Amino acid sequence: MPIKTDAVGKEWPAVTYQVGREKIKEYAAALGIDNPVHFDVGAAREAGFRDVVAPPMFAVVYSGPALGPVLFDPEVEMNFAAMVHGGQVFEWGEPVCSGDEISTVPKCLSIEEKGGKGFYVFETVSTNQDGAEVVRGTWTNIVRGV
Amino acid sequence: MSDLNVGDAVPELKVTPDKYLPHRYAGASGDFNPIHIDDEFAKMVGLPRNILHGLYSMGLVAKANAALAGGDPRALKRLSVQFRGMGMPEQEIVVSGTVKSVDGDRVVIDTVAAQGETQIIKNAEAELEL
Repeated sequence: MPIKTDAVGKEWPAVTYQVGREKIKEYAAALGIDNPVHFDVGAAREAGFRDVVAPPMFAVVYSGPALGPVLFDPEVEMNFAAMVHGGQVFEWGEPVCSGDEISTVPKCLSIEEKGGKGFYVFETVSTNQDGAEVVRGTWTNIVRGV
Repeated sequence: MSDLNVGDAVPELKVTPDKYLPHRYAGASGDFNPIHIDDEFAKMVGLPRNILHGLYSMGLVAKANAALAGGDPRALKRLSVQFRGMGMPEQEIVVSGTVKSVDGDRVVIDTVAAQGETQIIKNAEAELEL
């Protein structure tokens, strides 16, 4: 059966995320990142940030939830049991600080079959409360045996 | 301006995630997929044990590259990775990199994260503004 490609080009509604200091600290601590700009508002302001600033890969925390409804969309029809996260790209713009409200719009870029595997590529574009792009993510999920 | 030259090795990052790291990362990231936090479930679906989150390992790759800018979170402009072998808790991860190109203040680093002979992240490319 050929792979279902109905969802290619589809966009889903934006998901918003309110960034907080404690969540940034929790993320930085899990990664063993110790730069005080992620923990201390004084140090962050001294370094030129509005507030405690997120490490770049905190992007998964605010943009990842937007993909939840996408992966469960019947038009995508992905077999989770056989899915692995194959690749990831992030391109960063404005830094993300505590107090920001980040809005993420997911889109399906492509669905292709290669060598018996399904390659599902999604994009997330995240912008802050001022409309500035903070990160653009490209998420490649690989499903074996499609 | 950076003093890095094409072909230079960048400082390695070595981290041994403890047994409970996947639980802390699950809480921090919101990804509670049981293959990462439930050893019995992981074995039931054919894995050797509970495995690290790929995005945790990518986070270490980001950290190793940000270190080239003294940890400045503004320096990393782009990071592209491929997830390959599975990462295991309680085994040392070594993140190593080589300068691929230098164009003014834009530097591209080829990066790999490995546990022993197993590459868990390969073909990683980090673009930094230094």
